[in-house]
Amino acid sequence: MSVRHALLALLSEGPKYGLQLREEFEARTGEVWPLNVGQVYTTLQRLERDGLVESDGDGQDGPQKGFRITAAGAEELAQWLRTPSDLSSPPRDELVMKVLVALRVPGTNVRDVIQVHRRYLVELMQQWTRIKETEAESGMSLALVVDAELFRLDAVVRWLDAADGRIKRTAAEPVLAEKTTGTTQAVPSVRRRLGARR
Amino acid sequence: MSVLEMRCVSRTYGVGAAEVHALQDVDMTVDAGVMVAVMGPSGSGKSTLLTIAGSLEDPSSGEVRVCGEELATLSRNAKARLRRRSIGYVFQDFNLLPGLTAAENVALPLELDGVPARKARAAGMRVLHELGLAERAASFPGQLSGGERQRVAIARAVVGERQLLLADEPSGALDSVNGEGVMRLIHAACKRGVAAVVVTHDAQLASWADRVVFLRDGRVTDQTLPVPGPESLLTPGPGQ
Repeated sequence: MSVRHALLALLSEGPKYGLQLREEFEARTGEVWPLNVGQVYTTLQRLERDGLVESDGDGQDGPQKGFRITAAGAEELAQWLRTPSDLSSPPRDELVMKVLVALRVPGTNVRDVIQVHRRYLVELMQQWTRIKETEAESGMSLALVVDAELFRLDAVVRWLDAADGRIKRTAAEPVLAEKTTGTTQAVPSVRRRLGARR
Repeated sequence: MSVLEMRCVSRTYGVGAAEVHALQDVDMTVDAGVMVAVMGPSGSGKSTLLTIAGSLEDPSSGEVRVCGEELATLSRNAKARLRRRSIGYVFQDFNLLPGLTAAENVALPLELDGVPARKARAAGMRVLHELGLAERAASFPGQLSGGERQRVAIARAVVGERQLLLADEPSGALDSVNGEGVMRLIHAACKRGVAAVVVTHDAQLASWADRVVFLRDGRVTDQTLPVPGPESLLTPGPGQ
């Protein structure tokens, strides 16, 4: 989450005070990302140093000090909005590791391990959905933030479902199982990097 | 009050080597006002569970009670009456009759049950109004969008005094916003006291339920704990 760019976005609507920026940031993100006031001022100081915002004269720092965005700041904001976030390299996912490890630990029922995680994720999703349901009137920002969380968790549940299905199918087809466990010699590099050798 | 009670329900298809256990020793109770989602992969027994709960199919063993009536003790006619009066179904592909308007589709189960046409239509219009579809009442299914068609199907499932709503992948091929709309309607029906069982493999839809039951190979393997309030997610985390 880039606080720096979020502040630039708020200032792109017009000049604002530091305290006002903090309140608006929290309101816009559905209060899911709390921000302390120190973080706001440190970020504003850096933005000013980089020439992306300007403040009112040489007055003391404080809640009454106003800030406005510069042309360079507006350009930086436009660039940031259109720069895709880096999702190219696979994250070192603890859950993926646990399932892979479970496959190797004798006496472990991997499908039971998967179910423990699946249930936890669905319970979390139920809590997020309650927020959507009970705060339907609180505006689009909160709904979008909650949707993002739901889609993220949903993707993990789907991966667990796929893993569950794959493990079940492999167990039902011994020939396939033998094949997949007998390929440690020539594993493609991407599988080595993921630690997915079996 | 329990609207649906399933005790030790099993369903087996085929015999001998071809025997398939679609459901094994399933226990499930759904009270009035509660939505239960049943999650599981294809072939886990979700749809069989729903058809047995809806008295469309008999279990091989075990007991099923709907609105306090044990299905095994009911005559074929009595079961049909229970289905018409107390149970509403929502299917993946809507199953609306193309030659009837939205209002006629919704009023149909009441008319089939002998309610006078005028009264049935009035009840149908009331539900369409509640679901924000009053202005589409005279449209035929072919003139409605996918989302509207599914809302009409839900209206048909809850019209009258239905106490049990059974839905099989109710958001079908709808996009996520329309799918959410469908779940909101089912949720609203539960708030009014209906008991609902929604079968789905979609975790986002299931997350609307009060309880999620997980099926695997015909058995209930797990279920979620009661949902805590939303404040548990909205309090600032450590270091913030």
